Amino acid sequence: MKQLLILSGKGGTGKTTVASAFIKISKAKSYADCDVDAPNLHLSMGKEEPSEQSDFFGLDKALIKQDSCIKCGKCKDACRFDAIGIVDGCYEVNKAACEGCAVCALVCPNSAVSMLKTAAGKLMLYKEDDVVFSTAQLNIGSGNSGLLVTEVKKNMQNSAQSDFAIIDGSPGIGCPVIASISGTDLILVVSEPSVSGISDLERIIQTAEVFGVKTAVCINKFDTNQKISDEIEGYCSEKGISFVGRIPFDNLAMEAINAGKTVADIDCPSGHAIEEIYSKTYKLLSEED
Amino acid sequence: MRIAVLSGKGGTGKTLVAVNLACVADYAQYIDCDAEEPNGHLFFKPQNTEEKIINRLIPVIDETKCDLCRKCVDFCRFNALALIGNKIKVFDKICHSCGGCKIVCPQNAITEKEKRIGKIISGTSENVRVETGMTEVGESSAVPVISALLADKIDVETVITDCPPGCACTVMESIKDADYCVLVAEPTLFGVHNLNMVYELVKAFKKPHGVILNKCVEGIDIAENYCKEKQLKVISRIKFDKELGKLNSDGEIVSRVNAGYKAMFADTLKSIKEEVSHETASDS
Repeated sequence: MKQLLILSGKGGTGKTTVASAFIKISKAKSYADCDVDAPNLHLSMGKEEPSEQSDFFGLDKALIKQDSCIKCGKCKDACRFDAIGIVDGCYEVNKAACEGCAVCALVCPNSAVSMLKTAAGKLMLYKEDDVVFSTAQLNIGSGNSGLLVTEVKKNMQNSAQSDFAIIDGSPGIGCPVIASISGTDLILVVSEPSVSGISDLERIIQTAEVFGVKTAVCINKFDTNQKISDEIEGYCSEKGISFVGRIPFDNLAMEAINAGKTVADIDCPSGHAIEEIYSKTYKLLSEED
Repeated sequence: MRIAVLSGKGGTGKTLVAVNLACVADYAQYIDCDAEEPNGHLFFKPQNTEEKIINRLIPVIDETKCDLCRKCVDFCRFNALALIGNKIKVFDKICHSCGGCKIVCPQNAITEKEKRIGKIISGTSENVRVETGMTEVGESSAVPVISALLADKIDVETVITDCPPGCACTVMESIKDADYCVLVAEPTLFGVHNLNMVYELVKAFKKPHGVILNKCVEGIDIAENYCKEKQLKVISRIKFDKELGKLNSDGEIVSRVNAGYKAMFADTLKSIKEEVSHETASDS
């Protein structure tokens, strides 16, 4: 399966706007939202009730059985995540801080620590005819987002019948992004023309390089700062990165999004620009190998 | 007073708000916890910068002592160790530095070495002490960098924390010590959906909070209506303004170049401080 991943480094540059339009334009039969921290793709795809839903369990988390605890403090000393504290004279695990390493259970001389299965989010799968959409929602304040991203992609691959998938990624360059990169054939970075946008673009490009995945770049709202848009295009040609187009600032884009539509569903300048970007991106993906 | 600025959705104007709130204070410390993609320093262009390297510990296997018993491999919940051929291999990138393998090894064959995972850059920009966390590219967790950033407390009245997007572990770490959380939202369906998530987060952590609505456009009331429905206090509304957008995209600090915005952010900071003193008064 060929996988096209949409990333951005900086948040709010228009990943989901581009991804949702790509899905409509390409009539993609498999797609996923890997922004498990703050998923939005379902809002543009007219999805309400998922056909399948399951709990996502991260790593088991520690629980101290108070009746066996001899209050020696060894667990607290050994925990490198500051997840064990003393509450009313009792050693207690702060679930939000616990990473599930089980070192506390290892060092406890009285076997007072058990590792318990803990839900860390929800996986959702939408199926309609031969179209599969996989998404998830991480529980608030939870870690393990990388693991959940991997599950979202697995869920999609297990149900998909097509050989092409579009994946909406998350902002940043950390674990959910790294997990989403695994197995993708091409990354399209949606950048924005600002000093922040260009700095974040460089860091996401470096991240893609570390994992050796081919990358293309487009600019959203390019006309809000022509000078920096030119700089971004210059940066791409210098680095030998495919530059696939510019999307204009478009009031109609916000209207489409707020109506639960994609920019490809209405006649608007940004929609037309994204159509062209899609055909260039798809060509790059097909050229691969 | 520690004020955290967060948003759920990226690109709603967290950094705009955080940078400007710091600038209108008499003296402030600005802490950029978006260590994966830090941007505040691009606006402040801090002077006299100093760098502090942040390391974490990664296991090293002494092959002369290791008898390939696999206890470390079996113990590691992150699958960061594997027995390949006749060697234990450590996968640095997925190691969480819990230290368990070292404890469990019966041969004492495991020691730890420091691995660079990021840095903190500190400097000054007029009335603001600027601290920036920056992870190494390819490093999966920003949490250790954020904890190191927030551990270094200096004695100033106003501390502004610029949080990462989302509502996962990095955000939680960033708001841990906050006295007040500012939720920045934009009037889009996505903006409101993500505002709801950070609202749930600050509620769960019992943090006093208020909303700043950014990019407000007349006639689009989706975020405003949400705040009304949830009875969320709207501290300030920033109108959609192409000029503001342009200044911001060029890395200018609007409150330092535009008197109107300076007054607006000064009012906002005052409202926040009043909110916090109300909270403290009602707590005691």
